[in-house]
Amino acid sequence: MEPLMAVLVGITFATAVYMMLRRSIVKLIIGLTLLSNAANLLFFTASGLTRGAPPIIPEGAEQPAGAVADPLPQALILTAIVISFGVLAFALVLIRKAYQVVQADDLDQMKDTDT
Amino acid sequence: MNLAVALPILLPLLLGALSLLAHRRLRLQRWLGVLGTGALLAAALWLLRCVAREGVVVLHMGDWQAPFGITLAADLLGASMAVLTGLLGLATAVYSLATTPRGHEQYGHWPLLHLLLAGVTGAFLTGDIFNLYVWFEVMLVASFALLTLGGERAQMEGAIKYVALNLLSSMIFLSALGITYGLFGTLNMADLAAKVAAADQPGLLSVLAAMYMVAFGIKAGAFPLFFWLPASYHTPPVAVSALFAGLLSKVGVYSLYRVFTLIFTHDVGYTHEILLWAAGLTMLTGVLGALAQTEIRRIVSFQIISSIGYMLMGLALFTPLALAGGMLYIGQDIVVKITLFLVAGIAFRLLGSYRLEALGGLYRYRPLLGVLFLIPALSLAGLPPLSGFIAKLAVVRGAIEEASWGITFVALLTGLLTLYSIIRIWQQAFWRELPAHATDTGVLRGERRDPGLWLMYLPVAVLAGLILLVGVYAQPFFGLAEAAAGQLLDPQAYIDAVLGEARP
Repeated sequence: MEPLMAVLVGITFATAVYMMLRRSIVKLIIGLTLLSNAANLLFFTASGLTRGAPPIIPEGAEQPAGAVADPLPQALILTAIVISFGVLAFALVLIRKAYQVVQADDLDQMKDTDT
Repeated sequence: MNLAVALPILLPLLLGALSLLAHRRLRLQRWLGVLGTGALLAAALWLLRCVAREGVVVLHMGDWQAPFGITLAADLLGASMAVLTGLLGLATAVYSLATTPRGHEQYGHWPLLHLLLAGVTGAFLTGDIFNLYVWFEVMLVASFALLTLGGERAQMEGAIKYVALNLLSSMIFLSALGITYGLFGTLNMADLAAKVAAADQPGLLSVLAAMYMVAFGIKAGAFPLFFWLPASYHTPPVAVSALFAGLLSKVGVYSLYRVFTLIFTHDVGYTHEILLWAAGLTMLTGVLGALAQTEIRRIVSFQIISSIGYMLMGLALFTPLALAGGMLYIGQDIVVKITLFLVAGIAFRLLGSYRLEALGGLYRYRPLLGVLFLIPALSLAGLPPLSGFIAKLAVVRGAIEEASWGITFVALLTGLLTLYSIIRIWQQAFWRELPAHATDTGVLRGERRDPGLWLMYLPVAVLAGLILLVGVYAQPFFGLAEAAAGQLLDPQAYIDAVLGEARP
């Protein structure tokens, strides 16, 4: 399972970086979305995959029987997903507004504040 | 008693919520802004007093003992940074009263200001590295919105770069967190420090350290990852720019200080050598960039980058003196940068431009403003008897004691070039005659009164006074920085304070 996930994470990162390097701001946002998904998947994979063992304590017991999945990374990823959702919602509004102001979705035409 | 460490975070959060509730009542929002940031400063000072007396102050949220719950922990560095956050918040709030356009206030300038401060103090006071990520995001979302309020073209262009690169760095940070958790099964910084010290996977650790370095380096604006900073910091109204310039990139530097003194000290010769190169290149490219600019806010934006180099240099040398100097540099630079931006804002108010070719005659008509510019500017260049001199002296002496001649040379050269870039502003905006094509000079000549001007002068004068005070009466401030450096170099007290009796 882990090698498969690792390859998936790698492909997602590569796609994200490729999309971010394009000139279009829409593709930039798609790249950022993929990037946050890739980071979350990486977190999920790196902190250990345990299948079919939910961290539930049986009734009457003090601790779970046998090895169970670690619930903490899932909670952390949930936090990260909510944060990146909020930020990406903002980024979408931002590129819409930027498109209205600049009248182009080309990053090469947004160089007034550089240099 | 330990409430002291939570108060600087809770206060701005609460005030942000209250300001949102007072959505339609701008007068109330303004009062909340000034009084609230004042209260934040008071709370942070109280925290600093507690830390100075009792050592590291720790609060386990919800009474979940470390390393299982989220921990807030304040040592001298974190507490001093919180004090500076309060100070800058107050200065910006007062300045905003006179300068923030009405439309910006109606669309949430004040609530966002509070939430930004909450994110910044949260980042300074947390003892949990995932929590640090969360506070980073709180701060970033608030700063995104503050940066784009108004929706002008330059703001949009700057914001796209700012948002994209900061998100990229957040994602690198998050990936590093995932690997950290996978390796050590903990995200509490004190617990991590103990476990990293006991780990024997130097290769993987160095990769991890590099990921944190890149993530925080982007946020701090270190070479070669700084390009978003001068492209965006000058675009919002000047009070917001000043706050960004003073605080935001320093949060990245603070995180580097925290992570690379507490956690990643397994291979100082490798990680801190990279930091040293980054420091030298950062200061040099920053100042060269500043020389190429002709707009005050952009010159100062590049100077921010240059100063980040000195702070990293203090960290990279990793001796008590250099660390103390680096921290003193962070503290004084926060005040210097915000003062320079605020002075630029006054010049804009008087002459309607930030461009050097449209400015002139400021010293002739407003000698006080000239003095108020020279104090932070000369401090930036590192001239005695100002605060920048003390900090630079300590950092450079740290380098000389380590016999790092290369970085010493670069630091001194950068100081010289900084002086030159400051003199350019002085000579063109203040010293020479008013240019003939400057039309709207009524306020400058005193023919028309500007009722809000004193609100702009007040924070500038107080901050400039502070720079002078730190320069002349340096001992207590330097003593504080030395004590903070001692805490960073011997993290055992921090680890014991956080983990407490939970340690095996």
